[in-house]
Amino acid sequence: MKVHEYQAKEIFSEFGVPVPEGYAVFSVDEAEEAAKKIGGRVAVKAQIHAGGRGKGGGVKLVDNPNEVRKVAGEMLGMQLITHQTGPEGKEVQRLLVEKATPIARELYAGIVLDRTTGRYVVMVSTEGGVEIEKVAAETPELIIKEWIEPGFGLLPYQARKLAYALQLEGDQVKQGIKCLRALWRAFEANDCSLIEINPMVVTETGEVLALDAKINFDDNALARQPDLSGLRDLSEEDPQEVEASKYDLNYIKLDGNVGCMVNGAGLAMATMDIIKLHGGEPANFLDVGGVASSDTVANGFRILINDANVKGVLINIFGGIVRCDRIAQGIIEALQEMKVSVPVVVRMEGTNAEEARKLLQESSLEFIVAGTLEEAAQRAVSAAGGGQA
Amino acid sequence: MSILVGDQTRLIVQGITGGEGSFHTEQMVKYGTQVVAGVTPGKGGQKDANGVPIYNTVAEAKAAGEANAAVIFVPSSFAADAITEAIAAQLEVVVCITEGIPTFDMVRVNALLNGSSTRLVGPNCPGIITPGQCKVGIMPGFIHKPGKVGVISRSGTLTYEAVYQLTELGIGQSTCIGIGGDPIIGSTFLDLLKLFAEDKDTDGVVLIGEIGGSAEEEAAAWIQETGFSKPVVAFVAGRTAPPGRRMGHAGAIISGGQGTAQSKIEALQAAGIHVCDSPAKIGETVKRALA
Repeated sequence: MKVHEYQAKEIFSEFGVPVPEGYAVFSVDEAEEAAKKIGGRVAVKAQIHAGGRGKGGGVKLVDNPNEVRKVAGEMLGMQLITHQTGPEGKEVQRLLVEKATPIARELYAGIVLDRTTGRYVVMVSTEGGVEIEKVAAETPELIIKEWIEPGFGLLPYQARKLAYALQLEGDQVKQGIKCLRALWRAFEANDCSLIEINPMVVTETGEVLALDAKINFDDNALARQPDLSGLRDLSEEDPQEVEASKYDLNYIKLDGNVGCMVNGAGLAMATMDIIKLHGGEPANFLDVGGVASSDTVANGFRILINDANVKGVLINIFGGIVRCDRIAQGIIEALQEMKVSVPVVVRMEGTNAEEARKLLQESSLEFIVAGTLEEAAQRAVSAAGGGQA
Repeated sequence: MSILVGDQTRLIVQGITGGEGSFHTEQMVKYGTQVVAGVTPGKGGQKDANGVPIYNTVAEAKAAGEANAAVIFVPSSFAADAITEAIAAQLEVVVCITEGIPTFDMVRVNALLNGSSTRLVGPNCPGIITPGQCKVGIMPGFIHKPGKVGVISRSGTLTYEAVYQLTELGIGQSTCIGIGGDPIIGSTFLDLLKLFAEDKDTDGVVLIGEIGGSAEEEAAAWIQETGFSKPVVAFVAGRTAPPGRRMGHAGAIISGGQGTAQSKIEALQAAGIHVCDSPAKIGETVKRALA
C-alpha cells in the first residue's frame, strides 16, 4: 500500500525523523490559512501517489499567502503528469503546504528489502534529489549500505557509518544518526516495505531534514496494522482494481484489448505473455486464485468486461484439486446472467477437462472452446480483432 | 532416488484440523504419503478423519511419529511461528503452503534457518512431489508421472501446466518443487539445482521463473560457473508485466528497473539454458533438450 507524502511525514514526525513544518490542505482557503500559519516562504506540493512531481509542475515555491491562493487554485484539480503517472496523469486533490528552507546539500536515505540476503538494507547517498535508480545504475559506489541483523535494528555504529558516509559535519552527524535510527524504527513499527527520503537535506543553517517522504507498506501485514487502513486513498487507485480487491481477486488493468481470466498468478502472467506472443495485447492481469470457484469466476468476469477496451476474452483454467466441470458450470451460470457481447474463448485443462468442454459446447452460449493453450491464445487474439485497441 | 521427499518421508501436518489442512491431508494420504502425525494446539490426543494422531506441539508429534518432515497449512498470521517451531524441532524438510505471511516475519525466520538443520520450501507455494512416492503439498497428484526430469518453479498452476505438458509427452518427473512466490523463500532455484546436480536419477531440469528479484540470474550464473552437466529448460513469466506492479505473487514485481523478464531470459540464455518463448512449448523444449 502506498500513502501520500504528507501522511508519510506524519509518521516520520511521530518517530522523530525531522520534517519541515507543513499542513495537508484540500482547498484554496485552507492553503492560504496554512501559509499564514507558517509565515514566510512556503512550498506548495501536489499530493499524488507518484514521483517526479516537481518536473511536472506539482511543486511550487511561493513567497506570500496571496500568491499561495493562486498557485493552490491552479494545482487543485489539475491532471498532473509525471514519468510515473502514465500519459493521462493523476488528478490533484490534496496539497501539502510546507515551510520552505534554504538548502545547502541534497542527500538520499532509504530502506528496502534485499531479497538476495533476505535482510533489510539501509542505504544512503550524497547524490540526493535525483533519481536514485540512475545513481545505482551509473555510480553504484556512491550508494552506501548497511544490512540490518534481524532482531538488532539499525545499530549505533551502523548509523554512524552512514552519517559519516553522507559527509555530515559537526552537529549534523548527531542529527543524521538520530534521523536514520528513527527512520528504521518507523520502518519496523509500521511493517513498511519501502521508505525513501529523497532528498534528505542539510539546510543552510545546518539542520538535517526529510524534505520529501515516501513510504510503502507490506500488504501482507496490513491486518496487524489496523491504523494504516485509514491512510489508504482509494481515489489514487483504479476503480476496477478497488472493486476486484473486494472479492480478493488480483486484477491489474493494462492497455490491450484481450481480457484474460486465469487461476494462479504465474499462469496468469504466462497467459498475458502468450497473448502478446501471438500478436495481441492483454487488457489486464486477473488471477482468480489457484483454487477458482464459480463465484470467483463470476465476479472476475464482471470486472473484466467492465473494461470498454476488451474486445475478446480468454479464460484459462488449469483444474487441479478444483474440477474443471464445476468451473465450467460456474462460467455458464455467470454468463447467462450477464449480457456479454464479446467473444469468449475458454481453455480448460486438468481434472475433468473433457466434461467441462462438453458442458461449454452444449450450453446455449457461444463459447469458443480451445484445446491447447496455444490455440486458445491464437483464437482469443483473432477474436479480439488482432490485438489493436 | 529423487530429492527432498520420497518413500522415506514421514510427514507431520501443522494445522491439520483447518479447512485446507484437513482436505489436503486426505489428498496426501490417498496419494500414498506417510502422514504420521498432525499438530493443532489444543486438539492433542484426538485423531483426524484419516486416523492420523494429533498433538499439541511439533516436538511431540515428531517424537511420536518419528517424523522427518512437516507441511504447514497454518493461517498467515501464525505461519511464521509454525515454521519456527518446525525448525526448533529439527525437522529435515519443512514445506510452508501458507500465502500472505508478513515480510518482517519471514526475515526473522530466514535468519533462524541459517545454521539450522532444516530445509524450508516456500512459503506461498504448492509444495513438493516425488511422483509415485510422496506428495507434500496441494498439487493435483494425477498429472504427474514418475521419471527423470526435475522441476523447480516459483508458481503453482503454471507448474501444473508444465508438468502436464511433460506427462502428455511421456516425460516423467523425478521431483517437482514449487519454491513459492514471496520475496523471501526458504529454498531458491540455486539451492535446489545443487541437489538435482547430485541426484543420479535426475537427467534434466525445468526452471519456471517469473519477474521480480534476481534468483533466476543467480541460478544462471552458477550453472555457467560450474558447468552444470544436465540440460536445463526455462520459462520466465511476466514479459508483459508493467513495472512497479505486484503481479499476484508478493515477489513478482519489477522495481527500480530490476527483476525484468528480459534480464532473466538474457542471463539464462548466456548460461546456455534453453529458454522457451511460449508457456505452451515447455514440454516440447524439454523433449528436444533430452534427445
